[in-house]
Amino acid sequence: MSDARPQRPGLYYPKMRTTWWLSRPGYVRFMIREATSVFIAIFLIEFLVLVHAVAQGPDAYAAVVGRLASPGWIVFNVVALLFALYHTVTWFLLTGVVQVVRIGDQQVPPALIVAGAFGAWVVVSLFLLYWIVVRS
Amino acid sequence: MARSNEPFWWILFSVGGVVAAFLVPVHIVIFGLAVPLGWVSLSHAKLLALLGQPLVKVYLFVLIALPLFHWAHRFRFLLEDLGLYGLRTPLAVLCYGSAIAGTVATLWVLIHV
Repeated sequence: MSDARPQRPGLYYPKMRTTWWLSRPGYVRFMIREATSVFIAIFLIEFLVLVHAVAQGPDAYAAVVGRLASPGWIVFNVVALLFALYHTVTWFLLTGVVQVVRIGDQQVPPALIVAGAFGAWVVVSLFLLYWIVVRS
Repeated sequence: MARSNEPFWWILFSVGGVVAAFLVPVHIVIFGLAVPLGWVSLSHAKLLALLGQPLVKVYLFVLIALPLFHWAHRFRFLLEDLGLYGLRTPLAVLCYGSAIAGTVATLWVLIHV
């Protein structure tokens, strides 16, 4: 690196209104996609509280499950599930664009990669459902 | 000139995104809906036995901690996109800091099982 390097110029931010993303459906979908992470994070903290309750004992576990059965938490979890599924779908669709897989000189078609991701997701989900609910 | 630390956070964002995409929906179905609504019954003894397995602890750490960094990255830029670019650095510290705090909390819970 040379010492003559100019100082990093300030980044340019165009002035935009807070509601800029409402102007096009694509922008709204982008913001929904970004917002999915908020619901996923809140669920994971809720889940961590549940894990902690299991560690504390049967009474603590029953109390947390009882709280999660309240209408407010059920509604939240339904909404969180929808957002989580939106994240899954958009993430897998992007995988087809981002992840280039080659076998020899041939590029694997992106649609196949997306289909593979969805297939793997179904298998993993069914396995976890079986392993946690039925087998354990 | 300091190098950008962006790639480090981006990798955590990316790996967290994969974990969230594959694993989070089924956990919401089981622990957010099926158990509270009584569709299935998972006894405390069963879950405690599961938690006692080291591999399950590693799994839970990955499941909870990595998507928190995914959240931190997205939420940071979500707030910037809503016009808070003047607060760029404080927002980054707040978001990644929260994810780090969540990671420590997760470790603490899993170690104290």
